[in-house]
Amino acid sequence: MTTIKYFSWVRDLVGTGDEFHVVPDTVTDVRGLCQFLAAQSEGHARAFANLDRIRCAVDLNIVDLGAPIAGAGEIAFFPPVTGG
Amino acid sequence: MINVRVTTDDFDVGDETRALSGRGIGAVASFVGRVRGDDQLVSLTLEHYPAMTEQSLQNLAERAVARWLLGAVTIVHRVGTLVPGDQIVFAGTSSKHRADAIEAMSFLIDCLKTQAPFWKREVFADGRTVWLEGRATDAAATSRWD
Repeated sequence: MTTIKYFSWVRDLVGTGDEFHVVPDTVTDVRGLCQFLAAQSEGHARAFANLDRIRCAVDLNIVDLGAPIAGAGEIAFFPPVTGG
Repeated sequence: MINVRVTTDDFDVGDETRALSGRGIGAVASFVGRVRGDDQLVSLTLEHYPAMTEQSLQNLAERAVARWLLGAVTIVHRVGTLVPGDQIVFAGTSSKHRADAIEAMSFLIDCLKTQAPFWKREVFADGRTVWLEGRATDAAATSRWD
């Protein structure tokens, strides 16, 4: 079971901030996980429609879309950050 | 000495600056970010990723300490709903000499804009709400420290 978290407008489109998924073994990297999640609902599909606008953290470390997800406990999706 | 805080509370610039000072410190540099209040802005809400935020600010402070000769580093970042004029962020450094203090402070504020997990949602007088997008100029400001 993997915890998936969403922030900012990604959460607004998905409709929730937290989900728990059993990710199939065939999904090995962040890009694949985006495709898996996009198939969950219309809102998910809209959130993941343009991966150029999506950033990801695997177990609290920001990674690129090609990063592996094997063994990850918590994976978060969000837009580019706007702090400061 | 590194001091990193994420808080809903306001901060006092005088208190933060004094805390950076001490024997052997010849320079204190600080930056304060505030809510600008352009275009009929009513409020700005800062959301963050609590499990990750303090660690990412701590990492930035540690990178600054490794790169410049610093006495102390402070980063205070507020979250929650703020109004025009409110303080958002304090980044402060101290050192024996001004160049290290000023450069490290610039590094902190440039990098936290693109590397710390905060997002801003603006609410306007006509009821519109807009998530702010990261700007290309922010990314460019960060990349100059690579």
